[in-house]
Amino acid sequence: MLQKTLKMAKKVYLDHGATTPVDAEVVEAMQPYFTEKFGNASSIHCFGKVARDALEKSREIIAWKINAEKDEIIFTSGGSESNNLAIKGVLFANKEKNHIITSKIEHPAVLQTCQALENGFSVTYLDVDAGGLVDLKKLEEAITDKTALVSIMHANNEIGVIQDIRTIGEICKRHNVLFHTDAVQSFTKVPIDVKDINVDLISLSSHKMHGPKGIGALFIKKGTELQKQNQGGHQELDLRAGTENISGIVGFAKAVELASDDHVAQMQELRDKFIDKILKEISDTTLNGGREERLCNNVNITFKFIEGEGLLLHLDAHGIAVSTGSACTSQSLEPSHVLLAIGLKHEDAHGAIRFTLGKENTQEELDYTFEKLKEAVKNLRKISPLAK
Amino acid sequence: MSYVDQYSEKVKEHFMHPKNMGHIKEEDLQPGEELARGEVGNPACGDLMTIFLKIKDRKIIDAKIKTFGCAAAIACSSITTEMVVGLTIDKARKLTKNQVADELEGLPPLKLHCSNLAVDALNKALDNYEQGIGVVRK
Repeated sequence: MLQKTLKMAKKVYLDHGATTPVDAEVVEAMQPYFTEKFGNASSIHCFGKVARDALEKSREIIAWKINAEKDEIIFTSGGSESNNLAIKGVLFANKEKNHIITSKIEHPAVLQTCQALENGFSVTYLDVDAGGLVDLKKLEEAITDKTALVSIMHANNEIGVIQDIRTIGEICKRHNVLFHTDAVQSFTKVPIDVKDINVDLISLSSHKMHGPKGIGALFIKKGTELQKQNQGGHQELDLRAGTENISGIVGFAKAVELASDDHVAQMQELRDKFIDKILKEISDTTLNGGREERLCNNVNITFKFIEGEGLLLHLDAHGIAVSTGSACTSQSLEPSHVLLAIGLKHEDAHGAIRFTLGKENTQEELDYTFEKLKEAVKNLRKISPLAK
Repeated sequence: MSYVDQYSEKVKEHFMHPKNMGHIKEEDLQPGEELARGEVGNPACGDLMTIFLKIKDRKIIDAKIKTFGCAAAIACSSITTEMVVGLTIDKARKLTKNQVADELEGLPPLKLHCSNLAVDALNKALDNYEQGIGVVRK
């Protein structure tokens, strides 16, 4: 390990867009559901009741957070499953319509689901502007009488841009088209009130907000027709077969209860200072994604003339965990589709680093990160033929 | 296995502490020495390398390189410059990408071709030398 060679002492985790540590209180809440409260929520005996009660109480908590009704929430294994179920579920349930509209910057769980549907359905992939926002006029123009669903993410996982889902919801309502949004990154960071805005389906995930992995949810507005995607038992409104992951569900609900606006404000303050410092003190850097409509914890910067993998590994050697839009870390050897969609040149997409903050990060950690970052950028530029 | 462990210890060492990075300038030449230069790659693809060779009596007496690329690309550049110094032009011509990969105790399969461009840069510089393209003599 590189860390060993540098006798690393510190560790700074700045990859909360990938996943987050589970809160101690969440772990504590989950614990009994592995052992004494191990029952199957479908069983009719008292062990089943204990599990069922926990399941329904958790469902209420998730529903409360987005102002939904309890029977509008079903639990899934996570964001990817929710996205698959929402998109395939709507299209397969709706025999008259065969068109879906999405954007070019969606998470692969949406993009690849749509690509898989191209055999039989037509898909429109909307462009985004340089800031990452979907053009609402183009969206409206793309709607036809064959359009079954619009699926546009709430906040982007790479550049943190937050779409105007209120207006998108209004457009969809006007044209009588269902609207799905992938809110995996934004959940508990950007408020959503399903009684205030028009949205029919929302994908949620637990592990991006200090809950456990392997659990997520799908909001399905009452009256929305969906075709079940995995057959078996009648769990989850008969829309998702499989014994419920009670410990995960309890943990997810606990994490939702613990999420607070104070954390959002704190991350945002750290984010703003960090962005300002980088743009001011390290030359030839640009912020990817608009600055205004941006997740409280997302910083995505292109460091020109260098390649992201090298920078990531230098930071890793100092115990700093980030991610990159570079092709060199992807199996496909293609740079990030999101960065290309906002108009970055390939070489600039290669040099992009994403820092995603969490509630446990401190100013001191970001100061340390900045020092190491500045040094690594300087060293890599020194050996780059592109640098001036 | 962590991501970085796809790289051998030798790759990590050469990536973290690359050798012979930089360029050779005209003023670095002594009488009888020649400078040749070769560039390969494309920044859009994520790799660009420029190699500088100091040549005397058809022998490479110094090599420097500048690299834009991933860790493997930087390590390949570094070790290639170490491998060619002291070789005659004819011997340097025989250096292969496999030899570079072997010297680095292996490269991840995915990186074997895209990052291992230093040998191409070397051959380009030698072609330029033979054809007198951009060669500086003192």
